[in-house]
Amino acid sequence: MSLDPRVNRLKLGNATDIIKVEEGENWNVYEVFHQEKRGAHHEHVGCVHAPDPQLALIFAKEQFGRRKKCVNLWVVRSADILAFDTEDEDMFENNLEKNYRDASGFKVMEKINKFKQSKGTTNHAQ
Amino acid sequence: MYGGGYIFDEPNRKQLREEQVHDEPEKLAAFEERIARGEKIEPGDWMPAEYRRQLIRLIEQHAHSEIIGALPEGTWITRAPGFKRKLALIAKVQDEIGHGQLLYNAAETLGKSREEMINDLLSGKSKYSNVFNYPAKTWADVTVIGFLIDAAAIVNQVANAKGSYGPYCRALERICYEESFHLKQGHDAFIELATGTPEQKAMLQDALNRWWQPIMHFFGPPDKNSQHSEKLMQWKVKMASNDDMRNQFLDAYVPKIWELGLTLPDPALQKNATTGRWEYSDPDWDEFFRVINGGGPCNEERLQVRKWAEEQGRWVRKALMNPAEKHALPVA
Repeated sequence: MSLDPRVNRLKLGNATDIIKVEEGENWNVYEVFHQEKRGAHHEHVGCVHAPDPQLALIFAKEQFGRRKKCVNLWVVRSADILAFDTEDEDMFENNLEKNYRDASGFKVMEKINKFKQSKGTTNHAQ
Repeated sequence: MYGGGYIFDEPNRKQLREEQVHDEPEKLAAFEERIARGEKIEPGDWMPAEYRRQLIRLIEQHAHSEIIGALPEGTWITRAPGFKRKLALIAKVQDEIGHGQLLYNAAETLGKSREEMINDLLSGKSKYSNVFNYPAKTWADVTVIGFLIDAAAIVNQVANAKGSYGPYCRALERICYEESFHLKQGHDAFIELATGTPEQKAMLQDALNRWWQPIMHFFGPPDKNSQHSEKLMQWKVKMASNDDMRNQFLDAYVPKIWELGLTLPDPALQKNATTGRWEYSDPDWDEFFRVINGGGPCNEERLQVRKWAEEQGRWVRKALMNPAEKHALPVA
């Protein structure tokens, strides 16, 4: 006699019975994107198995929306995601010296001061 | 939440050893360098066959443990003492099932399908944490599981979260966040019984006595018997040795048990002040292997319940199935 009321109620059969899950029976994989607050990006948080996008959303709500704040979720079939091969990572390698793309890369005050000094003028505002 | 630190390996490993030898040495060297640099390995990356095999086994066993681990506690949802305890237990059991799903997905990224994993569980080929082959006889058992088994799982999972496989680490990060609630509610219930009536105290002490050996088993056999630690630790699949994790667990939780006036059923248990490590009597390791191979009090019942769920849910899955949906693996 089991301690589990469900087990007793269900009168479970012999554990030696073979149960086999067919390939594809657990549906397809959907990637889940979670938005924590209005205006924030949707962030990839994991996946769910579902037969269609509508149910994927429902499962995603159970799995990824039950804790923390959540204002929206996206789901997308894993097969529909096109990505670079991870082995091609080196294509993103480039010049790391990116001062010219940065505000800090331009020292205008230095030039102005140098110019003023070369003129020998005094700043009236001082 | 429930990952046994111990990865159970099937005895026949000859064929895969050959595969391991056939890994291209240049790729293997580059792979090991990446790991040494602390980089994470992602699903599409090249990896040694043995790394893939061991990770599938580890993550899959962890996933099964989460699902099966929900059973001894789920049994007590209808009989939890009070509304608040019932709510917490429902939430916790829901979390465990969620953890199972997260982990199955992480394992899937390595190329083993969900259906294959479930079939291997149902046929007894895949293992799950040994502790869930014991019954939760009283409410105090649920309390001991909720506090100490979860604590042991956290020691293991926090270590594994620093491992080398990206999807597993990301799943564990979320899992550890949720575990902290499980541990806290377990500790709270544990304290309530320990500081309660004489009957409550006796019930808790009794449960503690029964669960101590499974808890000592939790991290697996002593390091001296371990068969595949060195390579796995170098590859950051296994993050700490069985004995180190056991020691870390004892360090953190034995004082918390003793401070409540409870005792542990091992007269040899004490911390050696000079070595800083715990000394204890060896739990019965024959019993450990007997239970993991199907000889425990609840092995059969756990699989029966799981098989029943699989069979009774089949018509729902079939009815909703969209045959045009081609199966895909998770991206990450």
